[in-house]
Amino acid sequence: MIVAERKPMEEIVEMLAPYKKVLVLGCGGCVAVCLTGGERQAEMLASQLRILARRQDRQASFTEDCITRQCEREFFDDLNENVEDFDAVLSLACGAGVQYMSEVFPSVPILPAMNTTFLGSNVAPGKWDEYCRGCGDCVLAWTGGICPITKCSKSLINGTCGGTNNGKCEVNDEMDCGWLLIYKRLKELGRLDEYRKLRPARDHRKDRGGGVRRLILSEMTEEEEEAAQ
Amino acid sequence: MSEAVSKFQRNLDAGKFVITAEIGPPKGTNIAPVIEGARKHLKSGKVSAVNVTDIQTAVMRAGSMVGAKLLLDAGIEPVLQMVTRDRNRLALQSDLLSAYILGIRNVLALTGDHVTMGDHPQAMPVYDLDSVLLLQAMTNLEAGTDMGVDLKGNPNRLDGSPTFFKGACVTPCTEEVEPQIIKLEKKVEAGAQFIQTQAVYEPAAFEKFMKRIEHIDVPVLVGIVMLKTAGMAKYMNRSVPGVVVPDDIIQRLADTPKEDRQKVSIDICGELISAMKDCCRGAHLMTLGWDHCVAGIIEAAGL
Repeated sequence: MIVAERKPMEEIVEMLAPYKKVLVLGCGGCVAVCLTGGERQAEMLASQLRILARRQDRQASFTEDCITRQCEREFFDDLNENVEDFDAVLSLACGAGVQYMSEVFPSVPILPAMNTTFLGSNVAPGKWDEYCRGCGDCVLAWTGGICPITKCSKSLINGTCGGTNNGKCEVNDEMDCGWLLIYKRLKELGRLDEYRKLRPARDHRKDRGGGVRRLILSEMTEEEEEAAQ
Repeated sequence: MSEAVSKFQRNLDAGKFVITAEIGPPKGTNIAPVIEGARKHLKSGKVSAVNVTDIQTAVMRAGSMVGAKLLLDAGIEPVLQMVTRDRNRLALQSDLLSAYILGIRNVLALTGDHVTMGDHPQAMPVYDLDSVLLLQAMTNLEAGTDMGVDLKGNPNRLDGSPTFFKGACVTPCTEEVEPQIIKLEKKVEAGAQFIQTQAVYEPAAFEKFMKRIEHIDVPVLVGIVMLKTAGMAKYMNRSVPGVVVPDDIIQRLADTPKEDRQKVSIDICGELISAMKDCCRGAHLMTLGWDHCVAGIIEAAGL
């Protein structure tokens, strides 16, 4: 899932300063699952903003709402509030949600309450780890199911560097050396031959080197076109 | 065996025990003292070549290519270090061509310490290539092609191709040595012709490592980093991955009065080389600015 964390309150207050009537909108997707941007967090944030405004003697209203997902058009029908009635929306969705909403409601500023950080998993109560960079060219088949693009701080593809230190990465003592994890896993699986293969340089067009990426399922787009005719 | 392209390669081919040294360009434009020091202390028949570090430890400074060119001008053969941390494949290949045009022949391919280790931790880490792929890029350039392809899918041809003496690094005394060895095999497969190691302070561990890479037919120069104080030795144990300074060396430095310390540092280097010289093909001396100690180390090693 997409993991996002809330921006510092000062930053949020600063971006909201020009607006008097604000909709604080949670998202029931990934950010709700990682307990940072769902319905409850939207309620809490709106309440905090109200208290702050009162304390600072500012005339501003904050109304909370939440929909299932902000990255899909159909869910906007479920809004309790009318977005166009507000000066601004403070969205607790990920970056995709904020931008998609801006396209759906071009007349209202949609502001991000979150920093979208990574694709990850909940590994322990209150702890989420990064697992995927969305590089567009998955290598997990030959790396024992551990991603070197994500888990190696240098995203190396031909094995461990000289910075591996008692199983940890030179960047941080708390961070495992990704390539050592891969080596151990491949060894367990009896597949060190995969480590031995010389891997070619990556094609960064599949990652961020080729501009904005798009997924097209041609069967569906063709069906749509036919139906339209 | 291919024809030697440098004195460094020729000396190794001739079976000599080869010494290389190392300089680091300054943080700033004042490079003259560095080159002067090299001219004074490293321009000797006993030092085959001098490495020039490439933005070492990710601390911003003048580049390795200019240092290598100035060494050449001073009549000293350089080993150009190139890390993959800061430049993508376009810039790395271009710099390899530039280096060859300037007369540089020895190149050491390194991954490079992570940007967060240095003084610009906010910078973007590049690592478009790794050290294996940088070696492969050099091998391709030598064959007259670069990493790109034309519209028909054929590799782009070069108008004039370089020839390098290509080197790589390995950390012999790391706790998990097999993944290092596999990576070393890949470096050799990609074209590495010489190896300069990370610092070694344990001759027994190094000998064991050399036994394990007997199947790799590439000359290895053992890395010797000069320990200036007991504090520095402890720092290396704490902070430099894969480097273990034994307690007896630390104690010896700690017990030495300040005025004798340089002499003891030289002796330690000499003794290490002397203990390891029969299982490798040379030593790479990293004196961290103490160029004037190189002659003493060579003498202490009995070379």
